Amino acid sequence: MKIKRFLMSNAVPILFAFLCIAGIRLSGTPIATILSDVVNRFDRNILLVLSLIIPVTCGLGMNFGIVLGAMCGQMGLVFVTLMNLTGMTAILAAALIGLVTAVICGILAGKLLNRTKGQEMITSMIVGYFSNGIYQFIFLFLIGGVIHISHKIILSGGVGIKNTIDLSHLQYSLDNLKIFGLGGKVDVFTGIIFFAVFFAACMTISALRNRKFDRNYIIRTAICAVFVVASLIMTGQERFMMAKMLIRIPIPSFLLVTFFCWLITWFMKTKLGQDMRAIGHDRDVALASGIKVDQTRIIAVVISTVLAAWGQIMFYQNLGTVDAYYGHEKVGTFCVAAILIGGASVKKANIGHAILGTILFHLLYNVSPLASQKLFNDSMVGGYFRMTICYGVIAVALMLHVWESRNSGLKEKRGEKKSGKPAKAL
Amino acid sequence: MKNTAATPVLSICNVGKAFGENWVLSDVSLDIMPGEIHAICGENGAGKSTLMNILFGMPVIQSTGGYTGKILIDGEEQKITSPEQAIAKGIGMVHQEFMLVPGFTVGENIKLNREPLLSSLASRIFGSRLKKVDFAKISSESQHTLNRLGVEMQESSMIETLPVGYMQFAEIAREIDKENTKVLILDEPTAVLTESEAELVLNIVQHLSDMGIAVVLITHRIQDIKQVADTVTVLRDGKNVRTVAVKDISEGEIAQLMVGRDLDLTAIEKRSGELSGEIALTTKNLVVDMPGEQVNGVDLEIRKGEIFGIGGLAGQGKVGIANGLMGNYPTEGEISVFGKPLKLNSPKDSIAAKLAFVSEDRRRMGFAPNLSIGENIAAPSMVAHNRFFKKFGFFEQVDEKAVRETAEKNIQEFQIKCTGPDQPVGTLSGGNQQKVCVASALELSPDILLVSEPTRGIDVGAKNTVLNTISQINREKGVTVIFTSSELAELRQMCDRIAIVSQGKIVEIMKPDASDEEFGLAMSGERREA
Ligand SMILES: Nc1ncnc2c1ncn2[C@@H]1O[C@H](COP(=O)(O)OP(=O)(O)OP(=O)(O)O)[C@@H](O)[C@H]1O
Ligand SMILES: [Mg+2]
Repeated sequence: MKIKRFLMSNAVPILFAFLCIAGIRLSGTPIATILSDVVNRFDRNILLVLSLIIPVTCGLGMNFGIVLGAMCGQMGLVFVTLMNLTGMTAILAAALIGLVTAVICGILAGKLLNRTKGQEMITSMIVGYFSNGIYQFIFLFLIGGVIHISHKIILSGGVGIKNTIDLSHLQYSLDNLKIFGLGGKVDVFTGIIFFAVFFAACMTISALRNRKFDRNYIIRTAICAVFVVASLIMTGQERFMMAKMLIRIPIPSFLLVTFFCWLITWFMKTKLGQDMRAIGHDRDVALASGIKVDQTRIIAVVISTVLAAWGQIMFYQNLGTVDAYYGHEKVGTFCVAAILIGGASVKKANIGHAILGTILFHLLYNVSPLASQKLFNDSMVGGYFRMTICYGVIAVALMLHVWESRNSGLKEKRGEKKSGKPAKAL
Repeated sequence: MKNTAATPVLSICNVGKAFGENWVLSDVSLDIMPGEIHAICGENGAGKSTLMNILFGMPVIQSTGGYTGKILIDGEEQKITSPEQAIAKGIGMVHQEFMLVPGFTVGENIKLNREPLLSSLASRIFGSRLKKVDFAKISSESQHTLNRLGVEMQESSMIETLPVGYMQFAEIAREIDKENTKVLILDEPTAVLTESEAELVLNIVQHLSDMGIAVVLITHRIQDIKQVADTVTVLRDGKNVRTVAVKDISEGEIAQLMVGRDLDLTAIEKRSGELSGEIALTTKNLVVDMPGEQVNGVDLEIRKGEIFGIGGLAGQGKVGIANGLMGNYPTEGEISVFGKPLKLNSPKDSIAAKLAFVSEDRRRMGFAPNLSIGENIAAPSMVAHNRFFKKFGFFEQVDEKAVRETAEKNIQEFQIKCTGPDQPVGTLSGGNQQKVCVASALELSPDILLVSEPTRGIDVGAKNTVLNTISQINREKGVTVIFTSSELAELRQMCDRIAIVSQGKIVEIMKPDASDEEFGLAMSGERREA
């Protein structure tokens, strides 16, 4: 019974895990190659996916409006390029520009969402499209057209910026950041050892502070120890040489991601987080208990937009070239698909869903062209396949959501039961 | 009156309220003294909840154009436009429909928006909303409050797993936990409780009043008013008909004032003749996994044409039985209907077997709030029996006229107070919503009717109508009825046999004329000696 319930409620991630395994087998690519790519893509995307969690908790559903945040991040990158900043300075400056613009955009978007309660997801999608217009107006017309600057990324006519902008002046500056000569990219085993020791240390410090060494603590530290030992053994062995050479872990970026995960967890335990959870469960009750519902929802959107802006900056510092006009467009759909694949729903999402979903999504993304090449002798099928999955997952999740909320009233009239648990995708 | 302080804590002066063109309150004035227990009664739709919603600054009032008149707290005029302000002014409210966060624990609900906080570095920089919630303190303090109430409840249980009776206690606990409350509004706090549980609530009310808190008690149980209240105000059609000291008025007079005409209290017709021996429904080892109302193995044999009562305390599993029969919660065991085995866990099959259900939890399962009265009454029949459609060649279309006529017939029959068949059910008063639920189940013309707490929140007059209607379809059409209720008096009045449930099992099946003591013993789980 328990096992069945577990399988039922985690059906989506399990299904996709099987798809991934099948894809890996079919494609025949060495696991090390696949993993090195997935680590890279994970690094790029995870912060964007994490930015979806808080709106879901606050009952706003999937915030397709993170496109807005992505634009703000891109704007930051373009401006620092125009200002000829490089390296970490450029990234920090871009983050600052992204922060300011994202706060403003977030407040506006939040206000709009407050006026369209109940249709947040479709509104946030439309907000994304609409602001795309403004964004393009700024970069196609205002820059050069109104504000005259000369720079190599401005189009030769002097108005508007180029489509693709090279970011080599700041690429990897976060990934390769070294503090006192430590950090940067390391091989996978060193990376695992580093993070295992890091987590164990954090847990020990927190346990010491609370004077609580319970079973959870012991189990978790033991797991860390196992990872350390396993890595130590594997790192010297011949057959793991390829993995060691290919998979590179960017320690600073992953530390930053860890920090954001911790921040979100911490945030959910603050008064503001508790209010958001209450609003997410039942807006009317929250209002009747005196919680400032509208204000809190705006804050949730702002946080999400800011995280998305920073997520987009992290994305491009790894990729190295900005697609200035279209880079943000698919961010919303891709990230939503990723978190849904991780087992989230429009009513429930957490860090675990985000991490698992990002990994599975990119695994599938990576293996599907090769797998379909082997299977159908045509790599395009894989491309279609992954687009279909991406949109399919979103469509199914949204349909389930609409169906559930519509039926919560009517269906019970027929004597059927509203499942107390939040909707699960698929 | 216990306290003779000169200024009332709360004065309502000439308050009026209209929803659109429909004036539901006009010129209502009352004064409430500190420590006074002020009962408010009136028919369904008289405007009691609306008046309380005004006091508590509920958003529905603002969004429908506010109110007229004045509200004074401690002699000063206040414009209350949000619950937040009301709470700050010392007004607490237990709403007629539960206002609890389903996914939170009881403790988190008790402390909702009043969480004990710990300051941190971040909160010093970014403001108090980033203070950490002190979950350990939530647990200990809310458990303390629950213990003070005298109910056996764990603060760590999830609200959505609680039986409705316990949700009621969670709400009351939340209000009691507030320290600055000066006026506590209780909108039908005892509607879903058995006598002994209601007694507990009344004791709490008494206790609060002794502490100097004014209590506004809305109830349809006139005996409760007699028992605890100091003053009673009767509302009829949105007007204050009379405010009078309780000791100067009798129960009968209160009822009379409420309806403004002679009450139709025709007793339930006694059954004439014997039941046929045919069996309508049997269960074998029925196990229902309904959170908070677990059923652990129940064998029943219900005869055709019988009214079979199910009673017992909250949380013991009495409402689980009907929910299991309808397939609403995971069920095991065997059920057969008129000799045919019924597929378990399938509401569709239950309805196809001509079972119909009035749920005890109308807010979550009862109706679609945004649909009209007509649509709500017709929808189950449309889905189950394809009724209310007319044919146009190959097409089928909803027969609006038939829907309307049926709605009007039911509005008449149950005296549903509304602006017409098109009014959305969500905007009806609580008691009238309940009537819609009953009407839509009856419209299914079932063979077996399962009703759980059918008279919840219904006023004395309409209660009689509902009970009479149920007994009528039983006597005339031979519909078998399974009648679940917290109210013993109602069970005895209606049923041929009454099963008392305790700890998920049937303790005993009793005759309605058994004594109070015998019922009391059975409810506490003790089997009477043969
Ligand atoms: N949001 C609304 N929109 C329109 N009409 C409403 C709304 N809320 C309440 N009403 C109407 O106001 C009238 C009074 O309703 P109210 O809920 O105050 O009654 P009540 O006295 O509490 O009855 P009950 O005993 O059934 O709870 C009803 O006729 C109802 O239809
Ligand atoms: Mg009411």
